[in-house]
Amino acid sequence: MLVFILRRLAQSAVVVMAMSVLVFAGIFAIGNPIDVLISPEADEFERAAAIARLGLDKPMHEQFLRFVDSALGGDLGTSFVHGVPALGLVLQRFPATLELALCAMLVAVVLGIPLGLWAGLKPDSLAGRVIMTGSILGFSLPTFWVGMMLIMAFAVTLGWLPAGGRGETAGLFGVPWSFLTADGLAHLILPAVNLALFKLSLVIRLARAGTREVALQDYVKFARAKGLAPARVVGVHILKNIMIPVVTVLGLELGSVIAFSVVTESVFAWPGMGKLLIDSILQLDRPVVIAYLLVTVLLFVVINLIVDLVYSLLDPRIRLGGGRA
Amino acid sequence: MSTITAKAPPVETPFLRLARDFARSRTALAGLAVLALIVLAALLARWVVPQDPYDLAQLDILDGMMAPGSLGGGGWTYWLGTDDQGRDMLSAIVFGLRTSLLVGVVATLIALAVGVAVGLLAAYAGDRVDGLVMRLVDIQLSFPAILIALILLALLGKGVDKVIVALAAVQWAYYARTIRGSALVERRKEYIEAAQCLALPHRRIMMRHLLPNCLPPLIVVATVQVAHAIALEATLSFLGVGVPVTQPSLGMLIASGYQYMLSGDYWVSLFPGLALLVTIVAINLVGDRLRDVLNPRLNH
Repeated sequence: MLVFILRRLAQSAVVVMAMSVLVFAGIFAIGNPIDVLISPEADEFERAAAIARLGLDKPMHEQFLRFVDSALGGDLGTSFVHGVPALGLVLQRFPATLELALCAMLVAVVLGIPLGLWAGLKPDSLAGRVIMTGSILGFSLPTFWVGMMLIMAFAVTLGWLPAGGRGETAGLFGVPWSFLTADGLAHLILPAVNLALFKLSLVIRLARAGTREVALQDYVKFARAKGLAPARVVGVHILKNIMIPVVTVLGLELGSVIAFSVVTESVFAWPGMGKLLIDSILQLDRPVVIAYLLVTVLLFVVINLIVDLVYSLLDPRIRLGGGRA
Repeated sequence: MSTITAKAPPVETPFLRLARDFARSRTALAGLAVLALIVLAALLARWVVPQDPYDLAQLDILDGMMAPGSLGGGGWTYWLGTDDQGRDMLSAIVFGLRTSLLVGVVATLIALAVGVAVGLLAAYAGDRVDGLVMRLVDIQLSFPAILIALILLALLGKGVDKVIVALAAVQWAYYARTIRGSALVERRKEYIEAAQCLALPHRRIMMRHLLPNCLPPLIVVATVQVAHAIALEATLSFLGVGVPVTQPSLGMLIASGYQYMLSGDYWVSLFPGLALLVTIVAINLVGDRLRDVLNPRLNH
């Protein structure tokens, strides 16, 4: 187990290093670093001073070491637009995105597992087929368009829910959260549902496939034959056994939900990191783009690592086969 | 008197058998028909719609923001309404479809070519090359497509060509992985060994022996990926980092309707979105059926 963890840690470190080389290559070698790092409004003197200060006249490998050095120190440059450190700006927006992503996951699980169970237990019933068709639609519908239609229906036409923003927030651990106030919750519903849609379809499919497989196993037949209540057979014998793939996939998907929140945040003007990224790309605020990228890469590597470890703990059938794991 | 006419069964080419199997599913046929209509409309855009939406001389600003079904100044009815510049939405959608399909198909073809070359080489070379390439694929696939595309476009800037490059860069890994999987299986079969014993050049073995036998799963992946590419392009254009305003895709049209939607003028966004949805669903239906037909083992 220890060997596995160490090997996995080393792998993650390699990925992070490879990604920072790529980011560096992308920003410093392909693009013109002067455009990237110095505000376009700077005049000739400021420009020359900044080139010297940033060491852009040095050879490439020295520049790279410098980049790594300052990145390790948490210094990823200063935002052109906001005039504050880029990394701080990204981290400050992180809780809003995390809140949205977790709520979307919650919606996907709470709705997806019962629907998937139902579709798996009665695959030929009308309800089963409607659920499956719905999940195909969920895969096909473009997220941003669904978001707009949700606003159209619930905010503009019906006027039940707010169209955008985060609403009132309340502090917890020194960070503002929307889900602690009624107004914030109302603002949270539409974006969370929108972001959940794709994962909901995924959970339904996983749960359905799992249920169909598990329902044919001998232990389920035996439980039925024993005369256990159907609710107990489904709730204990089946549900428990379909959870492993669902949990794993959801863990792996958390990263992609955070990435996809870029779209939902833009539609609903949700002030998270994703919206910050889009605003920064459109305003050519490149230090913030770099900071977002590095934070997200790190996040992904950590999530993948945790999921791998938890997965190997959850399912004893998975042999930690050395290098192949 | 009964004559037994021993009619020889018609020679069935693989393509014919495939077509017949495909036609057995009515939903897939419907999807194919819709898809054919969409492609035809996009190809013949200039001749099937009443107006060239990007020829400013044909636009009448007085017809701006008319609701669907309104009669315009030009004497014809705007069945899907107009946008703020008096552009007929139906015409704009057909032209938008053209950009969307172009980007989706070209990006997929480029990604297919790159992915096949890399995946085939990896499987054929084996060992070190294989390990290195597949690690690269694994790393790329562990990041969501939209993130990679966003970052690439942030570096490259706007433009149809740049979107195509970004989408191809996002997709090649799927093909590389798919073809490597089937190539590894095929490689161990006798006919490849035989070809190697004949000392045929490696290139010939790869292109003429290995590749044709690895194609079926690739066709399926490619079909579905066209739909993904179109959806991704729409998303990127919606976010403002995709195609330029002068060559709007469906995503761009939807985005430009966003500001009007809040005041209740739904049609500028709704109809391009429906067109996008129908296109994606049609492609997915065809792709699903192709998968079932080409690979009976996958037929759950």
